[in-house]
Amino acid sequence: MSVLDSKVPKGPLAEKWVNHKNHINLVNPANKRNIDVIVVGTGLAGGSAAATLAELGYNVKTFCYNDSPRRAHSIAAQGGINAAKNYQGDGDSNFRLFYDTIKGGDYRSREANVHRLAEVSSNIIDQCVAQGVPFAREYGGLLDNRSFGGVLVSRTFYAAGQTGQQLLLGAYSALNRQINRGKVTPFNRHEMLDLVKVDGKARGIIARNLVTGEIERHGAHAVVIASGGYGNVFFLSTNAMGSNVMAAWRTHRRGAHFANPCYTQIHPTCIPVSGEHQSKLTLMSESLRNDGRIWVPKNLEDAKAIREGKLRGVDLKEEDRDYYLERRYPAFGNLVPRDVASRAAKERCDAGYGVNKTGNAVYLDFAASFLRYGKIEALTSGHKDASEAEMIALGKKVIEKKYGNLFDMYMNITDENPYEVPMKIFPAVHYTMGGLWVDYNLQTTVPGCFAAGEANFSDHGANRLGASALMQGLADGYFVLPYTIGDYLADEIRTGPISTETAEFDQAEKDTRARIEKLMNGAGVHSVDYYHKKLGLIMWNKCGMSRNETDLKSAMDEIAELRADFWKNVKVPGSADTKNQELEKAGRVADFLELGELFAKDALDRNESCGGHFREEYQTEEGEALRDDVNYAYVSAWEYNENPRDAKLHKENLVFENVELKTRSYK
Amino acid sequence: MKLTLKIWRQAGPEAKGKMVTYPLDGVDGDMSFLEMMDILNEELVNKGEEPVEFDHDCREGICGSCNMMINGQPHGPQKLTTTCQLHMRKFNDGDTITIEPWRAAAFPVIKDLIVDRSSFDRIQQAGAYVSVNTSGNTQDANSIPIEKAKADEAFHSATCIGCGACVAACKNASAMLFTSAKVSQYALLPQGEIEATDRVQNMVRQMDIEGFGNCTNTGACMIECPKGIKLENIARMNSEYLKANI
Amino acid sequence: MSALVKSSIARKWIMALSGLFLVVFLTQHFVINITSVIAPDTFNEWSHFMGYNPLVQFLAQPILIGGLIVHFVMGIALEIKNNKARPVKYSKYSGNANSTWVSRNMIITGLVVLAFLGLHMYDFWVHEMTVKYIDVQPEDPTRYLHELKEKFVSPVRVGIYVVSFVLLAMHLWHGFNSSFQSMGAKAVNKGEGLKKATYAWSVLIPAGFIFIALYHHFTH
Repeated sequence: MSVLDSKVPKGPLAEKWVNHKNHINLVNPANKRNIDVIVVGTGLAGGSAAATLAELGYNVKTFCYNDSPRRAHSIAAQGGINAAKNYQGDGDSNFRLFYDTIKGGDYRSREANVHRLAEVSSNIIDQCVAQGVPFAREYGGLLDNRSFGGVLVSRTFYAAGQTGQQLLLGAYSALNRQINRGKVTPFNRHEMLDLVKVDGKARGIIARNLVTGEIERHGAHAVVIASGGYGNVFFLSTNAMGSNVMAAWRTHRRGAHFANPCYTQIHPTCIPVSGEHQSKLTLMSESLRNDGRIWVPKNLEDAKAIREGKLRGVDLKEEDRDYYLERRYPAFGNLVPRDVASRAAKERCDAGYGVNKTGNAVYLDFAASFLRYGKIEALTSGHKDASEAEMIALGKKVIEKKYGNLFDMYMNITDENPYEVPMKIFPAVHYTMGGLWVDYNLQTTVPGCFAAGEANFSDHGANRLGASALMQGLADGYFVLPYTIGDYLADEIRTGPISTETAEFDQAEKDTRARIEKLMNGAGVHSVDYYHKKLGLIMWNKCGMSRNETDLKSAMDEIAELRADFWKNVKVPGSADTKNQELEKAGRVADFLELGELFAKDALDRNESCGGHFREEYQTEEGEALRDDVNYAYVSAWEYNENPRDAKLHKENLVFENVELKTRSYK
Repeated sequence: MKLTLKIWRQAGPEAKGKMVTYPLDGVDGDMSFLEMMDILNEELVNKGEEPVEFDHDCREGICGSCNMMINGQPHGPQKLTTTCQLHMRKFNDGDTITIEPWRAAAFPVIKDLIVDRSSFDRIQQAGAYVSVNTSGNTQDANSIPIEKAKADEAFHSATCIGCGACVAACKNASAMLFTSAKVSQYALLPQGEIEATDRVQNMVRQMDIEGFGNCTNTGACMIECPKGIKLENIARMNSEYLKANI
Repeated sequence: MSALVKSSIARKWIMALSGLFLVVFLTQHFVINITSVIAPDTFNEWSHFMGYNPLVQFLAQPILIGGLIVHFVMGIALEIKNNKARPVKYSKYSGNANSTWVSRNMIITGLVVLAFLGLHMYDFWVHEMTVKYIDVQPEDPTRYLHELKEKFVSPVRVGIYVVSFVLLAMHLWHGFNSSFQSMGAKAVNKGEGLKKATYAWSVLIPAGFIFIALYHHFTH
């Protein structure tokens, strides 16, 4: 074990970033023209980084597996993006945003990074507006804000329920401008299969053209990994079907440490699994918890009758309902943070109170809000003697205005009308806080290889607050990486063009081809999905919302066994020389099968509960998370080993100079 | 539910394709259309056959990847819905479902149901942006107030997900709804006004080069658009284009 | 300039403008024709004016013919281009689910109307040219109504006439309103009122022409 140096600059917290920018090396414009940078992934982080690097003068190549950069999964973010603009005059500041993020992350993130994030947050909004991103506005023509969970100010900018798409299209437009200028060459429908190192430095990648199956070599002076998170290790998640860990994991194999893999965010309000055919889970915006009350039946017999279809939840009397969040957390009620709400739902369902046929669902009920809003509406519209039915009808209209699109989506997927019966929800894997370990410059432990956005271990610690993912992706891409990368590239101006005709590229291509051949030549017993689903079940049951030593150990064994079986028996039809979705999936699942084991090992190693990582052994008497700041205030960065159980741990100690470590309480 | 699927199979860009019929059993109403396709593919893989390739990713109706012509309609019979959000309860036991790729010269087939939509990217590259560099000191976001109605309209135009259903639905395989949505978004915002002349000319030129057909105002694009992008956008582009050329 | 004319949107404008020009012409034509029912003397008078006024003959008429040619040549060129934009057709295409038959088949209604125009030109225009410039008959300001009535004796011709105007109505139903969309009117306001007006016009004017034909057929 070694201690990692995060290279955080000295000085007061609020001055670190400015001072750092003032003192890092720069590359002069003429030299930038001779430097190539590869960016893998074109979501918010990758797209914005590629565009900005090209604006600065570097030659950029982008890679994405989709047919267009615009389809990266950043597009699916609904709620919004945080920025400490203080437009509402409610006392917001960089420090408050910094503090909320550190606290929300359960004190497991790096102070200097988080403060930098808060500092550049305002620039992001300025930049996006200048690009023509159509944020929501007030009647006065100025930008509108909404509030989000876990904070006391309104600092979230949004574009209806599709902020992610609008921000991504903004980054995509900046990228398009550079493509049009010839400064960015896009390689769409391409997948990075390996990182190539020359003399210890990242010098390029091996990629597969997904249309023709060709294996290509691409050289560059630096490689940026911005390929998103690995939530799909659970098979079922709110991630896109194609979201994968391959680029990050290939980089990890080549020497980049992988940090905090066990930090996973499980989002409490998703549409429950309806059957075995399910391919993905759909998120319902967190904002619904503002007006919905979460409950399960008080009596086990009622829950059973509901599951068997003999009783309808809506018919259950008020006194027979258990509003368990309001009961357990009277102060925050239904608005407790995501990790707390998710665990509470699981606790009730495990105890047998689940309300759909699989037993894994709780109610999110808007009936009280219909009445509450209806009453106000009736009074303000001069309808003093409205009956209850009239008020409910009015209230439904108010709710429809606020959440109509979400209700429609719910109805479309479940065929149930949430205006008439309570919604059913259940937690689902949503975001992964872990990822490639990076220093203050966003450089991984491989010189010349950088990581941005969800792909790095990020600024969110053990739990991410709502509307912070978009902020971090764009902060990294627009305002951090393009500058910090110069510190490294300043030493590369004499390197000259990177040749791909070297022994290292030969070897990497050979390895890649051998791996593909091995995947194509499995015994052909089970499909790729068979393995992916099995892995997902192990992960969900043993490394999911709550974890314990026994389960984690058996998960590691089971995953190792499944991996061995996969390599022996997987079935990939077709050929490697054409478009072949099964082969693509096989490569991704192969990496998930390694990551899963490391994930379990990391969770086993962390003998505390923090944020999204909940160990049953470490909880208070009331069942709340018990953090151990004395022994675990560090980042776990794992060095690659073919057998993930033997991966070597490196630590980055987290030093808190500006905040006091407290227990999060929502009671 | 038991179904008969007629699906376009084509091994590669140059290969000759044909419709192939597959019976499929065990389909559940709660499945999405793509989950139904997953089941078919799982069956094909287990039989050692090549599965049907199709584009899909987010399965939440926002990424714009999925694109199937279902019974002669892009994204199937349900309005304002992408293929991934279409559920099998919209079909009946015993139905025959025809599934084809988008058909357009500008969207050549890559394999089976997958088409190459890079022409859309190139139209956007031709001018769908505001030429502003990234810097830490762009003017404050609130220094450009924008009338709410206009901002909302620009937003609505910007909700296009680039799936290509407009082209697929149009009898002329025209891309005017797609192109005009982007032209409109910028034309409605002060940030976009400065480059409006070049933008509309360059984007329309690229659209024509790609080989899309001409708009004959049938309105099919708007009806089939999963995001309800309006025909007004095309009207606006037409007038913007005239303005740019006078 | 040539690049501009080649652009898809410029062509839309040309189709719309030439179409609107023909709409204006059709209105004017109808106004003269209806006098044959309500005021036969006026009809003769106006027809004579149209036939012998040099401005009409040597300026308006060539412009009209030019506009007509532009409209159908461009229409056919666009149809060819649009066909090329989808080289492989769908095996199943549910056009009725998202658009009207008329809007999708302007080429069919257009070509039928064009064929009718051929007959119409043969009937009236060729006849006029023969009278005036080949046979060089003396001017007779009262001959027109009689000639008109003669044409509508044959039930076959009246039948063709009726069918053609029904198809013209269909062509106009989509085309007239659509021309405003092409010229960007909808971007300014939603154009619902305008839309209704164009629909009314598209039915009434051809119906009026049919009425005139039937009137003369049965009153002969």
